Amino acid sequence: MSTPTSTPASPEAGPDRSALVRAVAEHHRDQRGPLLPVLHEVLAEFGYVDAADVPVIADVLNLSAAEVHGVVSFYHDVRTTPPPTHVVALCRAEACQAVGAESLYAAAQERAASGEMGDTEVQQVFCLGNCALGPSGTVDGRLLGRLDAARLTELTAGWR
Amino acid sequence: MTTVYVPGDASAVAMGADEVAAAFRARAEVTVVRTGSRGMLWAEPLVEVATPGGRVGYANVAPGEVGAVLDGSLDADGERALGVVADHPWLAGQHRVTAARVGVVDPGSVTDYEAHGGWVGLRRALGMAPADVVAEVTESGLRGRGGAGFPAGVKWKTVLETAADQKFVACNFDEGDSGTFADRMVVEGDPFTLVEGMTIAGYAVGATEGYVYVRSEYPHAIAALRRAIEAAYTHGFLGDDVCGSGHRFDLHVRVGAGAYICGEESSMLESLEGKRGEVRAKPPIPAISGLFGLPTAVNNVLTLCTVPMILADGGAAYADLGVGRSRGTQLFQLAGNIARGGLVELPFGVTLRELVEGYGGGTLSGRPVRAIQVGGPLGAYLSPAQLDLPMDYEAFAEAGAMVGHGGVVVFDDTVDMARMARFAMEFCSLESCGKCTPCRIGSVRGVETLDRIIAGDDVPANLVLLDELCETMTKGSLCAMGGLTPMPVQSAIRHFPEDFDRTPTPEGAAR
Ligand SMILES: Cc1cc2nc3c(=O)[nH]c(=O)nc-3n(C[C@H](O)[C@H](O)[C@H](O)COP(=O)(O)O)c2cc1C
Ligand code: SF4
Ligand code: FES
Repeated sequence: MSTPTSTPASPEAGPDRSALVRAVAEHHRDQRGPLLPVLHEVLAEFGYVDAADVPVIADVLNLSAAEVHGVVSFYHDVRTTPPPTHVVALCRAEACQAVGAESLYAAAQERAASGEMGDTEVQQVFCLGNCALGPSGTVDGRLLGRLDAARLTELTAGWR
Repeated sequence: MTTVYVPGDASAVAMGADEVAAAFRARAEVTVVRTGSRGMLWAEPLVEVATPGGRVGYANVAPGEVGAVLDGSLDADGERALGVVADHPWLAGQHRVTAARVGVVDPGSVTDYEAHGGWVGLRRALGMAPADVVAEVTESGLRGRGGAGFPAGVKWKTVLETAADQKFVACNFDEGDSGTFADRMVVEGDPFTLVEGMTIAGYAVGATEGYVYVRSEYPHAIAALRRAIEAAYTHGFLGDDVCGSGHRFDLHVRVGAGAYICGEESSMLESLEGKRGEVRAKPPIPAISGLFGLPTAVNNVLTLCTVPMILADGGAAYADLGVGRSRGTQLFQLAGNIARGGLVELPFGVTLRELVEGYGGGTLSGRPVRAIQVGGPLGAYLSPAQLDLPMDYEAFAEAGAMVGHGGVVVFDDTVDMARMARFAMEFCSLESCGKCTPCRIGSVRGVETLDRIIAGDDVPANLVLLDELCETMTKGSLCAMGGLTPMPVQSAIRHFPEDFDRTPTPEGAAR
């Protein structure tokens, strides 16, 4: 196993993590095209894929670290930094725009920037399959319809 | 005991259906069944109560209203008391084939599925020669519902006739188009139909392994599908001896990772292989060289979910529905600024007006309809003058538009079409796989050019530039992402020229 070069490994990425990542990769190794299932499980476990995980996964799956890195960097879902405390993901696709998604997104960003939502990341997403009842979004993973700024304020009240 | 049906569909849950279900469960005299949604999404949470006369429905139920629902007093003379739901005009007027069981059955029950006609198509198929199953699908006229409308039987015939030790069926459940949710609703409400459709496809083309590639944004559907697959194995509908036929079929679920382009079939195959979702050059087509280079039948969820009905009732019955070369039904999804949004399954040929004004009831805001985008983010913007277009692949193509996956997104008169055109370019720039220049760079230039137009900066010259850019993207892109992004842009300019006729604004000058 080689050591990571570019991004410094975070404190969490100690020997325990590396052993767990290896076990996850080994668990999926015999499937066809195991890399995405492995990345999903690492994300579910740690919330992000650390630079130090890449060579471990590559080693188990018999891929080059560059190949794994290429996949990690391609997909929007694959975070490479520890997640914030809260995530608000708002749909900015057409059907939600038709019912005011753009102003909702702007209001949420403003609220996050003001610090009123604590350690919260406001993300843009494109369609959650709830297009008849927009504006749509997820608040810490929970899907919500007919969102507006007041509801969002209510849902995130007291966040830090 | 009273049986109450509360949808577990993601859209219903987004409107509070879980809380409503919990309130019913707290009552000793009530049995709660979580179904899919009937598709009347505007009425969610829509609760149904079993009565001797049928399932009686109540719209937009809140947790505090369960008592009123149970004693039948909720909005007794008003619009929220829907009466027998199956007889409600919004549903009774539809022609449900693919979505016949959605909202009716318990998606977690393999026996309920069987009681509602499930497995009939599979059992019939297993008694036929594979080539005859393919012929039945060809006769039905079923075309791919993922967008391109390629005849399913023709694709299957190619896979069947391509010799290989291993072949695959790959279901495209990426459903990334804004304004579409039919794949999601069918799988959440009736997941065994997809299992059955894929198993029939496997038998027909000679594949023993199937993969469902589902977008990560659909956790409810993923859970419903995994549960159904497990039950199908337990009951012998999957595995090494499907229904005692000796035929093997294994089915796997793979979750995407947030990339719109992975809905393009070759990009989806790359992703299934564990690679970056970059589009492959064609030929070879996936039917000949698909997943891991082996023959693969790639089909959309709705295409595969229609197959069990075709095998059960015969290809001719399905082909009797529809118009021209658009046979059968389409699951239209009414979305955006619409009063009664949801799922409407009807034979092809219904007009856009019947969908938007009839079923949809016009805009949610009550303002006039100004624009309708049909067929997802790569589909054209239509004007109200085009509302009498029949929903038909060829009629739409002639009008410079596309039916696509059947999404209908309505905008009222507050929409700024120059901004929607800019968004089309922005979306392409964010979701391009990056493989070819016209798409990757062209879309970024498109955003910049539209920014100048929106600012009123030398509009005529910038419109010419935009037109040239669109032509380069149309002609020079490897796939329809770059190739069709000009469709919403140019249709917006064509039908709504006044939104592009701008003069410099103070803000524009500052930009
Ligand atoms: C950019 C792009 C995105 C697409 N997204 C989807 C999708 O989300 N779901 C889908 O079934 N087909 C999608 N398609 C169409 C597929 O490439 C392919 O035609 C389809 O999966 C074939 O199945 P069908 O013949 O049953 O429609 C997309 C195509 C392009 C160019
Ligand atoms: S058109 Fe865009 S998405 Fe398609 S192959 Fe080219 S760069 Fe990739
Ligand atoms: S467009 Fe926002 S949920 Fe589909």
